[in-house]
Amino acid sequence: MTGENAVRLRPPRNAVDERAVAWWRSQLLVTTAVPVVILAVLGALIGPARFWLLLAAGAVAALGLGCAAFFPAWWFRVHRWEVTDEAVYVRTGALWQEWRIAPMSRIQTVDTVRGPLEQLFRLGTVTVTTASSKGALRIAGLDHELAAQLGERLTALTQATPGDAT
Amino acid sequence: MSGAGTGEEWRRLDRRMLLATAAVLCGVAGGAGLPTTLGLAGSRPLWQALSWVLAGALLLVLGGTAADYVRWRRTRYRIGPERVELHTGLLLIKRRSLARERIRSVDLTANPLQRLLGLVKVRIGTGESTGGSESTLELDLVTRVEGELLRRELLARAAVDPAGTPDDGALATVDPRWIRYAPVSFLTPALGGAAAGSVMQVSEWFGAQAEVIDWMGDRFRDVSLAWMLVDLVLIATIAGAVGALGLWVEMWWNHRLEREPGGTLRVRRGLLTARSVSIEERRLRGIEVVEPLGVRLAGAARVDAVATGLAKDDGDKHSDLKTLLPAVPRELADRVAAQVLREPQPPTGTPLTAHPRAARTRRLRWALWTVAAPVALLAGLGLLLTPVLLYVAVGCAVVLTPLAVLLARDAYRSLGHGVTGNYLVTRSGTVRRTTVALQRSGIIGWTVKQSYFQRRAGILTLTATTAAGAGAYDIYDAGESQGLAFASDAVPDLLAPFIEPVPGLPAPFTEPVPTPEARSTEQ
Repeated sequence: MTGENAVRLRPPRNAVDERAVAWWRSQLLVTTAVPVVILAVLGALIGPARFWLLLAAGAVAALGLGCAAFFPAWWFRVHRWEVTDEAVYVRTGALWQEWRIAPMSRIQTVDTVRGPLEQLFRLGTVTVTTASSKGALRIAGLDHELAAQLGERLTALTQATPGDAT
Repeated sequence: MSGAGTGEEWRRLDRRMLLATAAVLCGVAGGAGLPTTLGLAGSRPLWQALSWVLAGALLLVLGGTAADYVRWRRTRYRIGPERVELHTGLLLIKRRSLARERIRSVDLTANPLQRLLGLVKVRIGTGESTGGSESTLELDLVTRVEGELLRRELLARAAVDPAGTPDDGALATVDPRWIRYAPVSFLTPALGGAAAGSVMQVSEWFGAQAEVIDWMGDRFRDVSLAWMLVDLVLIATIAGAVGALGLWVEMWWNHRLEREPGGTLRVRRGLLTARSVSIEERRLRGIEVVEPLGVRLAGAARVDAVATGLAKDDGDKHSDLKTLLPAVPRELADRVAAQVLREPQPPTGTPLTAHPRAARTRRLRWALWTVAAPVALLAGLGLLLTPVLLYVAVGCAVVLTPLAVLLARDAYRSLGHGVTGNYLVTRSGTVRRTTVALQRSGIIGWTVKQSYFQRRAGILTLTATTAAGAGAYDIYDAGESQGLAFASDAVPDLLAPFIEPVPGLPAPFTEPVPTPEARSTEQ
């Protein structure tokens, strides 16, 4: 099949939950807010360096706001996932895009995690690890019920599929 | 075979380990005691200083040995039919047990002192890639006979495997001529630098650093500064080369790579510290031929195993346990690699598909940026501060640009991938070029990465994940279509369901360019 026709990876079938955009955005805002608040407080307290500290705070805030406005929508378009009977297939990234594929027979563990922010947005993350130290797949931003279902389904599928995972 | 290692009863470590501990502590006490005595003797009478130091030394040796005696009393191990168990600890008792069927390696090491006493340290490991120390049992000093018995006993299960084949004997034994590749390794500059640094450091301890520098200035009074620097670098290099030779002898003397009955590879080596590493062939997922730049220019290569559950040796930073063969002539390396994998033709020596021109452009661009950044910085500073820096910037640009271009072109030439028999082969790197042959059935997933620039250039990086070795091996900057098709051919049914044809698009960059120097880049 080499040479003749151009091929590409098709996008995985499922998009992540729409609330993921808000979740990513608030994540970015929180990570921006921490240094901005610290810099602003320092600026208020330390007279001689006030200008520079506030300038830095402003720059970080502008950068964070810009990212929060720009990236989550892009991520939403890119982040997709799919689970077939044979494999798990995930696409992530924005500037650096990444497609990960792990066959069902090689999956070792399936974890479902919900961080504090994710709980707020009723989202969940499913992490699938294989025997490789570098082959973990993360499906983030799923509806929390779907994440739990998916975790159970993957666990069941993994147990049903023969293979020693290495 | 019901040797010392079998049976249900609990066993102890060998009592002579106390002797080893005591001897080490005596050495430490002696080494620390001498300078302390000299220091104390300055302010008080010699006998007083001597008695203080002797008392301290006695306390250290007796205390340390007593502590080790407690450890000996409290440590027991048992080789049961199902599990290997180790209990240790005084207050916090640690109980470890490994299922025998999961034991994948039994490695023996002995330093010179331990060899003198006939003792070895035994490390029993499972193939787990997680939780480093949790999956390893260490028997700190048993007799050599016991160690050998344990090794045979615990790996014996493999012998009754249907896959077991008769003993093939030695695959490679050390050839003293290989030592010629020791000085061209990266160890030479590292050791040379370390030697120069330690001369300065030691002379500073004795407050004689200025004298050393003066003395060196006197030696080189008749020559210019440049020559003096050249001479000093030369001396450091020679010192480094001598060190590298010494280290090679210590590490690789008595080296022997052999295949034992039942499909276990065993590496034995070491002049002073004897090491024995066993790798079950079932755990072997491939082989890696590594060519650091100097070694590659000399036409040689090192052979590493790609196996699951190989721990990194903590005490031996320069060489991981995975190294099967030191730097040897490239052809021999390929041949041994083939023998280890039981292949008629060396998979690491097959012609590989070259990567698209875009990969070369990318490397050239990186190289030029790497040169341009410091040159621009120097030039900028030169404009602001002093014109001398401008000359330095021009000099850097003139010297570094061809070098960078050379390295970039070499890096491109090194790129290659292919499939041969049951193996996927990928090669990359210039300063440290590696050729990996990975069992196709050992690939447990694919990761495809594409940056914004790669997307524009129509190339992508494929990563084969595996349970063994580094966990993932890359095919850098392969053509988009060709790379995907290659990956889906190499591991059937894994990638294929997720690939679709690009509608109505011919494939301008999918034609595999025949590689100019397919086998390797050296002549």
